Amino acid sequence: MLRPTMPVPRPRFDGPPVLATGKFMPSRQPYGPTLQQQRNRSAMWFLLPTFVALSGIAGWPLLRTIYFSFTDTSLTSIYDGEWIGFANYLTWRELPSGRVIYRGTLVDPVWWNAVWNTLRFSVISVSVEAVLGMMIALLLNMQFRGRGVVRAAILIPWAIPTIVSAQIWSWMLNDQFGVINHALIGLGIIDHKIAWTASADTAMVAVLIVDIWKTTPFMALLCLAGLQMIPRDMYEAARVDGIHPVRVFFRVTLPLVRPALMVAIIFRMLDALRIYDLVYVLTPNSRATQTMSVIARENLIEFDKFAYGAAQSTLLFAIIAVIVSLYIWIARVNLADGGR
Amino acid sequence: MKIESMTSVAAILSVMATTGQADVVTYATGAAGNAIEVLEALVAPWEEETGHTVEIVTMPASSTDQFGQYRLWLAAENGDIDLYQTDVIWAPQLADHFVDLTDVASDLAPLHFPSIIESQTVNGKLVALPLMTDAPALYYRIDLLEAYGYDAPSTWEEMTAIAQEIQDAERAAGNDDLWGFVWQGNAYEGLTCNGLEFVSSFGGGQIIEPDGTISINNPNAVAAIELAASWVGAISPEGVLAYQEEDARGIWQAGNAVFMRNWPYAYGLGNDEGSAVKGLFDVAPLPTGGDHDTSAATLGGWNVAVSRYSDNQDVAISLARYLAGEEAQRARTLMASTLPTIVSLYDDAEIGETLPIIPRWKDVFLQAVPRPSAPTKGSYNEVSSLFWTAVHNTLSGQGSAAENLEILEADLTDLRGDSW
Repeated sequence: MLRPTMPVPRPRFDGPPVLATGKFMPSRQPYGPTLQQQRNRSAMWFLLPTFVALSGIAGWPLLRTIYFSFTDTSLTSIYDGEWIGFANYLTWRELPSGRVIYRGTLVDPVWWNAVWNTLRFSVISVSVEAVLGMMIALLLNMQFRGRGVVRAAILIPWAIPTIVSAQIWSWMLNDQFGVINHALIGLGIIDHKIAWTASADTAMVAVLIVDIWKTTPFMALLCLAGLQMIPRDMYEAARVDGIHPVRVFFRVTLPLVRPALMVAIIFRMLDALRIYDLVYVLTPNSRATQTMSVIARENLIEFDKFAYGAAQSTLLFAIIAVIVSLYIWIARVNLADGGR
Repeated sequence: MKIESMTSVAAILSVMATTGQADVVTYATGAAGNAIEVLEALVAPWEEETGHTVEIVTMPASSTDQFGQYRLWLAAENGDIDLYQTDVIWAPQLADHFVDLTDVASDLAPLHFPSIIESQTVNGKLVALPLMTDAPALYYRIDLLEAYGYDAPSTWEEMTAIAQEIQDAERAAGNDDLWGFVWQGNAYEGLTCNGLEFVSSFGGGQIIEPDGTISINNPNAVAAIELAASWVGAISPEGVLAYQEEDARGIWQAGNAVFMRNWPYAYGLGNDEGSAVKGLFDVAPLPTGGDHDTSAATLGGWNVAVSRYSDNQDVAISLARYLAGEEAQRARTLMASTLPTIVSLYDDAEIGETLPIIPRWKDVFLQAVPRPSAPTKGSYNEVSSLFWTAVHNTLSGQGSAAENLEILEADLTDLRGDSW
């Protein structure tokens, strides 16, 4: 019903996805370019500016960062760096006593603490946001008066710039004059003021609360878009058959909305893994919340260890690339297993 | 940036059209409080006299953010900024990018406190000229101390006892929000200042001594940090672990603290209209601890440096000399109640009359302890970060002071390697 079984009429020269890979079909005809070749050629010209711009603003800095990570460059002498191989990542030397000491990012406990913080933050925030976002999307997908207003209103947290909302929250979470402690004490939920961002136990919770508040609307919006693709008559059929609503959700709604949900999760995951601004405003320099991006910047700019920071940036890039590839791969396998 | 450069081009053109000789110099500075208005008023006489124009480039108030931006600009050999207003601890880290002012300021430098000139001298090169200095003190509530029969405490132990007693008694009387002592315990440069004061006033040294020796792991330092850790949750709110200067001042100025450690700027603001503690407080030198007899205030302050990449070095130097000179420093002190760096201004009749606090603060300033930015050179920021992390961990109950300072000593030794 959702996917028509009738074959979709395909264009005559349906080669590999030309736009995505930039590959061009070899010429099979001896005389002049085919229509498809002409199209490819004009596509190439249309894509060229984007390609040039992207290599300039994304590719070149990326390659340069990777290059710097193999040198001993510092910000005071940015052009005088010398090639030192993997020393910023891992190096060791043997002391006269025979003991071997290791140095470099890969054995730096501060770095691994940041990796752990980032992963913990990403997994928790994205999972909670996915569940909450889905619940809100289900709600917004129903027919009720004022739905348009609610849909617009729910986007407000997402629309506020992160720095601004982080600062607002840091005042709300303030232990002495913050409104959150005031409200919780007034309601009798807590009996003394909690120092949310100060204590190592609650600092991560505070960052998570703000991030979830801010990005759940984004998740909800993407889920809602997915929900609206599901034809209403499927629900009607389920109702006629007397299926329990919970069963309908897991057997009809969830499988059909899954592609949209997967995309939403991957966007959020990419975002969460390089979180910087929230942590920087709410709990700067606290070891309990420092993430990979925060650590990398600290080394790059403040500690005059530019190359070391470049190595951490490169690792951050690699970690994100691996996690996202893994995610896509797992999602594909599951799709194939699901069968149809 | 684009608009700024366009306005600067317009300014250059308009000035060239009239005088043909005048230049525009750009001055980068943080915009904390009314700093920009004060600076504009300060440079006006210089502009009138020389015919040049000063364009102020406004930076964030946080000195850490300023430092990041300046370092990037200087690394890129940016010639757009002629003068930088620099924090007292930056000189060794940015020295290579600034012009040597030793010769051009040979007449001016002896007027300033020698210790401040020394802090801005790197390998015999005078990197920046001092504009103002800064040294914190202990703020205390006269009314509360009088009511319980105390004078300003001279030791940390005494301060702890008084704070606890007044806090308990006042809370019993219904003043639920009152705390004994507020200070800066957030993990940032300010905690390095606070921590250094505790340690140093207990006779625990200066973290790293001027000759480069790592001295932090000693019993006096352990005792100092342990005492500070005992305050958290007792006489200081647990939130003090996230407080910077303004957070502490917020609680103080609402009348909710008996003692506060803060810089001079809080004095004027605390006596403003609308402050709950207006006329109810005074300041004293920070206490000492553990039978040590000298107290310690961390040396702060701001300076002006001329960029090596500036095309207008002569004009920029002229402005720097003017701002660091007696006339501008007196004007700045009267306008913004900052501490001058010129010795004779502490005996100045006009300042003594309008701001009697300034001559009194000289004692606080003379006991000021520099942060170890000179011996640690380019590594200072990392040293500072390691120190504040060790102190913050202790304050928040992650390990004892003895454990954390031992680890700190090992980390600092690793960081130093063969030499700083």
